[in-house]
Amino acid sequence: MRPFTYSRAASVEEAAKTAATTPGARFIAGGTNLLDLMKLQIETPAHLIDVNHLGLDRIEPTAEGGLKIGALVRNTDLAADKTVRRDYAVLSRALLAGASGQLRNKATTGGNLLQRTRCPYFYDTRMPCNKRRPGSGCGALKGVSRSLAILGTSEACIAQHPSDMAVALRLLDAQVDTASADGSRRSIPIADFHLLPGDTPHIENALKPGELITSVTLPRPLGGTHVYRKVRDRASYAFALVSVAAVFAKDGQTRFAFGGIATKPWRTPAADAAASSGAAAVAEAALSDARPTVHNAFKQRLTARTLASLYRQKGA
Amino acid sequence: MKFDTPATTNPIDRGRVIGIPHDRIDGAAKVTGTAPYAYERHDAAPNAAYGWIVGSAIAKGRINAMDLRAAEAAPGVLGIVTHQNAGALGKGNMNTAPLLGGPQIEHYEQAVALVIADTLENARDAAQLVRIDYAVEQGRFDLAAERDRAVRPQDGFGGPADTQAGDFDAGFAKAAVKIDQRYTTPDQSHAMLEPHATTAAWNGDQLTLWTANQMIAWSVGEMAKTLQIPKENIRFVSPYIGGGFGAKLFLRADALLAALGARLAGRPVKVAIARPQIPNNTTHRPATIQRIRLGADKHGVIDAIAHEVWSGDLPGGGAETAAQQTRLLYRGANRLTTHRLAMLDLPEGNAMRAPGEAVGLLALEVAMDELAEACGIDPVELRIRNDVQYDPEAGPQRPFSSRKLVECLRQGAERFGWSHRNPKPGQVRDGRWLVGMGVASAFRNNLVMKSGARIGVDGKGHVIVETDMTDIGTGSYTIIAQTAAEMLGVPLEAVTVRLGDSRFPASAGSGGQWGANSATAGVYAAAMALRAKLAEKAGFPADQALFEDGLVRLGNQSQPIGTLAGGEGLWAEDSIDFGDLAERYAQATFGAHFCEVGVDIDTAEVRVRRMGGAFAAGRILNPKSARSQVIGAMTMGVGAALMEELSVDTRFGFFVNHDMAEYLVPVHADIPQQDVLFIDELDDKSSPMKAKGVGELGICGAGAAVANAIYNATGIRLRDYPLTIDKILAASVGDRSA
Repeated sequence: MRPFTYSRAASVEEAAKTAATTPGARFIAGGTNLLDLMKLQIETPAHLIDVNHLGLDRIEPTAEGGLKIGALVRNTDLAADKTVRRDYAVLSRALLAGASGQLRNKATTGGNLLQRTRCPYFYDTRMPCNKRRPGSGCGALKGVSRSLAILGTSEACIAQHPSDMAVALRLLDAQVDTASADGSRRSIPIADFHLLPGDTPHIENALKPGELITSVTLPRPLGGTHVYRKVRDRASYAFALVSVAAVFAKDGQTRFAFGGIATKPWRTPAADAAASSGAAAVAEAALSDARPTVHNAFKQRLTARTLASLYRQKGA
Repeated sequence: MKFDTPATTNPIDRGRVIGIPHDRIDGAAKVTGTAPYAYERHDAAPNAAYGWIVGSAIAKGRINAMDLRAAEAAPGVLGIVTHQNAGALGKGNMNTAPLLGGPQIEHYEQAVALVIADTLENARDAAQLVRIDYAVEQGRFDLAAERDRAVRPQDGFGGPADTQAGDFDAGFAKAAVKIDQRYTTPDQSHAMLEPHATTAAWNGDQLTLWTANQMIAWSVGEMAKTLQIPKENIRFVSPYIGGGFGAKLFLRADALLAALGARLAGRPVKVAIARPQIPNNTTHRPATIQRIRLGADKHGVIDAIAHEVWSGDLPGGGAETAAQQTRLLYRGANRLTTHRLAMLDLPEGNAMRAPGEAVGLLALEVAMDELAEACGIDPVELRIRNDVQYDPEAGPQRPFSSRKLVECLRQGAERFGWSHRNPKPGQVRDGRWLVGMGVASAFRNNLVMKSGARIGVDGKGHVIVETDMTDIGTGSYTIIAQTAAEMLGVPLEAVTVRLGDSRFPASAGSGGQWGANSATAGVYAAAMALRAKLAEKAGFPADQALFEDGLVRLGNQSQPIGTLAGGEGLWAEDSIDFGDLAERYAQATFGAHFCEVGVDIDTAEVRVRRMGGAFAAGRILNPKSARSQVIGAMTMGVGAALMEELSVDTRFGFFVNHDMAEYLVPVHADIPQQDVLFIDELDDKSSPMKAKGVGELGICGAGAAVANAIYNATGIRLRDYPLTIDKILAASVGDRSA
């Protein structure tokens, strides 16, 4: 861990301004990912801005009938929120499928969106990794890649996005609300928030330097049956091999989002359109652009099977 | 005390303290944080500096140059140990590669420097500033690719590399039913909770290490050899150990580098091997390729049995003795076992919980399931038919000291409800789960090792035991206290046990499941000597004196042992020295594992629903801690069956998933109800305790029972561990169900 300075922001404006004017500054909330990465010197911020005390920990209804979730709402609190459980159950289920109770007590809504990959080559600083050290090559592409992405990959990077929460937010068409140093605010559709790796896998999201996530806004509830199915190598406390979030809506507007198989929380309109044709058709539509490695090709079949399980669950 | 004839009735048989379930006597200290572990010995070594290990970034090659300038100039840095300033170092007998590498590099993450600083953070930070220029050489990292170049290894701990009896080829050729299959098991990591850790301090030429080590006397010798100093100048202190599973059997880099670092810095230095360094820096259980051939008559009675094993290690290393149990477990006149060792440049392999059997039974017990199916015989019955009460290689002149495999199978099956199993695979559904049951025999050799102790009584009748035996979470403290209490007729609370200090008599240590039986037998020997002294003081014939209620008694005369000991106290020291009973009798522990799994009909997720086992391991000294040992080992068996694997990158030559986020072991949610039955057994040829080891028996066969249950649930036979979702999906036919 490189030595760093620390300040506690008193307001959103101050946090954003400090971030924009301090070289190497990063925000810190729960620290469940950043601190580990700092110990390994995968992240080497010069300055940490503590945003835990900005009052961004409320869950409130919006005028549009949706829900505004403060960026500092802890995963545990969000999963247990009555409105979330009633109207956005897929989000609650996705949250509870992730990490452990202790980690969920610390991890925040904003922080989880910024969670970094679990690619083992990203985690070993002696290995090549374009995400960690741009231009150094990809250790995973021809290496041990069983856990990595089959969708949204590039020649530069096949690292999977590890979040469960973000898959549910992607399904629900959440907006990521931010504040910048110049005082401006904006809302980024979650589809545009996470970026594909392309030639620049080190750039993972649409945030500009210093831009702070203040909340996540959910649109009006979709109704329907909410399901989150996460398949992994042990019963708990493991990252997804494949996860599928789905809302089976009464009017037939069923939709799917996928985790564990893509470089970002994944949705594709073709999969939703195939919903009435059954699990196999949805899988085929979702995976038409898949580019698996020898190690992770099984994720295609597992995605189809997970969808089949989801349909079975819905039917029951 | 020489133990060379079977035990007769002795004070342990009273069973007032021994054999009764007791909470561990060190438990309160451990759960209240008052049992200090090696890295927390601020009391013993105040003002310790922190060492951080720099591991090699390449698997094989040479260091051309090391640039330490930036690291040395970093805040708080007190010094850096490298091969250039460490002085001449020897190498221990039990580590294959030098614990401080350079200029030659023998494996990835081999320690090449120790950065010492005033704080952990400064040491860790400065370690990143060490610049090393390497010349990379091509290494060998793929066991399957090197298999054909594998050679016969030296005969080792598990006996001869090759064994045979009768004529296997002829017997197999004429067998009515034949099984011939290949199985693979991956490299595995011990994944104990406490990492390797040491605090070291020098006082003149005297070195003290507060460390986490299973084998004190071995490691003192290894340190002396490595530092080239007299053993007498070295003290190891290791009273509390946060798990070992074989990872801490030997001197490792934490201890050596802490010693070198403390010498360089001129003050105590502590070193822990960081979690992400452990899989590649330290030892692991090596991967195996195994071929098993079984030839039986149509009733399943085996006539020919062969088990061939290939594993790899660094040059100078050893083989994984996975055919060990196949020499002894089942009958058959025609027998063959072989081990072949390939040279690999991966980190070094060595013992992990039940080396040999743990992975050997993953293969053999699946092969037995396959034989049962081929013969149309219930797999429990098949194993019973193939029981043998003597060493089948040596013949009836070498009987087992005790062997209750059949009782384990029968009683275990009864308790588990085995009769409800549908022998036809893929027939039982429970919602989205396909449900199946599996069985496997458990077998682990019973090893015995010389073990010493000293035991004293003070003027108040309080008993103290001192031995360098270790407690790696197994319950050694408690069974040693029970032994002393039983022998001297005092309550458990009147015994203090001090362990893990090389100033105490050398013990068997914790390894190979020999610790409990051997170390308590050593305490028995010392206690017999103390009883003789106490009886003599009382004026009683030693062989007639009774020790109970804190008194030594003869007829209606008695005297308190505290009074006899007097203000000075009275001490005795002895060791148990095992004769040739282990040669005259085959000695092993036995059991039967039963497992019920569910396999998701769509996703092929496997969930263990129930486990049960019956075990015969001689006298069970403390049923409570013995059960904990067995269920822990069964849990590890589930890990081996379903998830544990160090993934090898065969380009760079290292284990890729080298942290606990990516090397998966079972979590609570993976482990259901586990039922353990101990079969009554006393083994008078094993030791005066009539006990045998039990700490490793529970892992032996557990994973095979899981694999066989998966087959029963799905009809899918997998032979490459771990049995993960991708493999089950690949083997499943059609897209309808798993």
